Amino acid sequence: MLLLNHLWIIMALPLAGAAINGLCGKRWPQSAVNSVALGSVVLSFLAAAETVREFLGLATGQTPFIGNYFTWMVAGEATPHPFRVDFALQVDQLTVVMLLVVTFVGMLIHIYSTGYMAHEGGYYRFFCYLNLFMFFMLTLVMGANLIVMFVGWEGVGLCSYLLIGFWFLKKSAADAGKKAFIVTRIGDFGFTVGILLVFATFGTVAFGEIFSQVSDKPVDVLTTICLLLFAGAVGKSAQLPLYVWLPDAMEGPTPVSALIHAATMVTAGVYMVARMNPLFSRAPAAMLVVAIVGAATAFYSATIGLVQTDIKKVLAYSTVSQLGYMFLACGVGAYGAGIFHLMTHAFFKGLLFLAAGSVIHALGGEQDMMKMGGLRKRIPATFWTMFIATLAIAGIPGFAGFFSKDAILEAAYSGPYANRLLWGLGIVAAGLTSFYMFRLVFLTFFGEPRYDEHKVHVHESPKNMTIPLMVLAFLSIFGGWFAAPKLVGGVDYFEKFVAPVFAAYAPPVAEAQIRVVDPTLVPAVPDSSPAMDLLYALAGWPVIVGVLGLLVAWWFYIKRPDTPKRLAESVHGLYTLLLNKYYVDEIYAAWIVRPLLWISTNVLWHVVDEGLIDGTVNGTATVARGSGAQARKLQSGNTRSYAAWVILGAVGFTAILFGLLGVAH
Amino acid sequence: MSAVPISYYLVLSAILFGLGVVAFVFKRNIITMFMSIELMLNAVNLAFVAFARAHDSLDGLVFVFFVIVVAAAESAVGLAIVIMLAQNRQSLNVERINLLKL
Repeated sequence: MLLLNHLWIIMALPLAGAAINGLCGKRWPQSAVNSVALGSVVLSFLAAAETVREFLGLATGQTPFIGNYFTWMVAGEATPHPFRVDFALQVDQLTVVMLLVVTFVGMLIHIYSTGYMAHEGGYYRFFCYLNLFMFFMLTLVMGANLIVMFVGWEGVGLCSYLLIGFWFLKKSAADAGKKAFIVTRIGDFGFTVGILLVFATFGTVAFGEIFSQVSDKPVDVLTTICLLLFAGAVGKSAQLPLYVWLPDAMEGPTPVSALIHAATMVTAGVYMVARMNPLFSRAPAAMLVVAIVGAATAFYSATIGLVQTDIKKVLAYSTVSQLGYMFLACGVGAYGAGIFHLMTHAFFKGLLFLAAGSVIHALGGEQDMMKMGGLRKRIPATFWTMFIATLAIAGIPGFAGFFSKDAILEAAYSGPYANRLLWGLGIVAAGLTSFYMFRLVFLTFFGEPRYDEHKVHVHESPKNMTIPLMVLAFLSIFGGWFAAPKLVGGVDYFEKFVAPVFAAYAPPVAEAQIRVVDPTLVPAVPDSSPAMDLLYALAGWPVIVGVLGLLVAWWFYIKRPDTPKRLAESVHGLYTLLLNKYYVDEIYAAWIVRPLLWISTNVLWHVVDEGLIDGTVNGTATVARGSGAQARKLQSGNTRSYAAWVILGAVGFTAILFGLLGVAH
Repeated sequence: MSAVPISYYLVLSAILFGLGVVAFVFKRNIITMFMSIELMLNAVNLAFVAFARAHDSLDGLVFVFFVIVVAAAESAVGLAIVIMLAQNRQSLNVERINLLKL
């Protein structure tokens, strides 16, 4: 109970690291900055691990464990429903998963960064931001009420902005940072209104108190709340139609893309939806919206990923697509599967980004896959780890992604909110994912080198970069094996572990549905025995399309390397459309950004600001100056004129006394 | 003791005060202006004394003492300033003493 009673230590450590590096790091050598940054994150991971160990020893009745540290805000104490926010942290099964993923992957990426950023300016600044990010991310996942969660939510957005624009002298990087911040702000507006509506409806913002009274509230209010909260998730997790910032966010250093824009921050939306599951489960319309947005995004961004040539852009669209899968899972009621995919995705996508960073590092900054090729033998460690991650994301059996993606698609096919159409979209997207990922691997590592071998000195990355790759590769294989027993008729241990979070406040309808299948099982744990044949059949589909994608990619890029070009020419229109990302950026620019700019310039700036606000301020000043100029003539400096004024005043005063007040009768 | 009517005193006082005012406004020599201030003060003193006598009250006399004390203090300070001015500016013309003007 040592650390469980001091949960704040986990998040205070990275904050201290950020403060120390931010204040003193500039004058310190890299080794000192390293020890502060790495030390704080490693200690934070150890603290998290110890907390989890203590948490697992708790009795069932003691979860979720809530640590309430102090009252942060109180307003309207005299009213029947005061607004009260405690600085409270909580640990339950969902938090445990997030805690371990965030601190462990974060730790690996910190280690990797010491190699990747070694030759960059602003070394201390990078680690200061990275540690600060860890602090906010931990705040987000540990907060026991919506407000503390919101602080973390906005804080990671801030760090994302700072790190995307890390090379702020580059205009594209600075612009990408602003774009990320502003686009997510649109979603956060919905999130904020959602929080207010939660308070207006429930009279509290603490999770446990909200969930305990969720059954008495009307469905339409819950639906509105869920849709508003989901708007925040759409912005933060880069779903349609607010995904546009994530591909641009690749302007940041690659470890940042791995940590923030793949493994942790962008999954915050999924975490939030899973956390608010009692509300979503009671709002079927909102669930449908979540599922549709998720499936549509999964499919849509996978198609864009097919033709991109920038290695990081492919991975960015892939991330958007995989996040879509997670929302699809939440939307069909399989929160456990969504969180499972979140975890495996953190491993393999973090690995893919880090490996891509290693490739870029090896080629001295080249990101265009058309200028790579044949790197397999030159950087074997990077190749093998990236290949494993690709197998994982493509859903090849035995690798982590297979289990989690399978769980999602199975739920979409036969879960309580099953939707065959969305399942179909998911299957197609799985095939596309497999294709573009193997395309990436084949273009980068196979074939003839397309870079200038005399100019580029290809070299394998140092140990502090390759070791995190290997650890993540290990997890990309075995990280999904919690679910493996299910294939042979056993239990999905991951789902069983997180089930209490989703079962505690599950609506009675869903429970009834599950009980019909098998009354002996814990609610929300899917049945195992009766539908085994179906399960095998379904596990077949993702595998078939995954292998199909591999074969097509192999045919296109190894067997017949001229095929892509001929295909691009034969369906030129479609190819151009995909290459230009459906012109969404252009459409947004024409329909939203430019009208806004026009209104801002011609109305808000020239009329409201210059006319109204400046006019009022300047007008006041002009009046004051004018009257001052008149009044100052009295101050002539001539003693006798002063005397004359005194006399005039005295006479006038006397006249008033006599005349107006009638002193002399 | 034949009583001089109070109105006589008051008229004299008003005349003296008026002279003082006119002199203060129209004279340029700072010492003359000083003297006209004394003239105005004493005109007021005269009015106070006359009223005190007419009402058979001591209040007016007390006031006069205070005025005399203040006037003495004022002339001590004022004349010191005049001496400094005369030393520094070689002139007693108030029109030229306007350094404090903006």
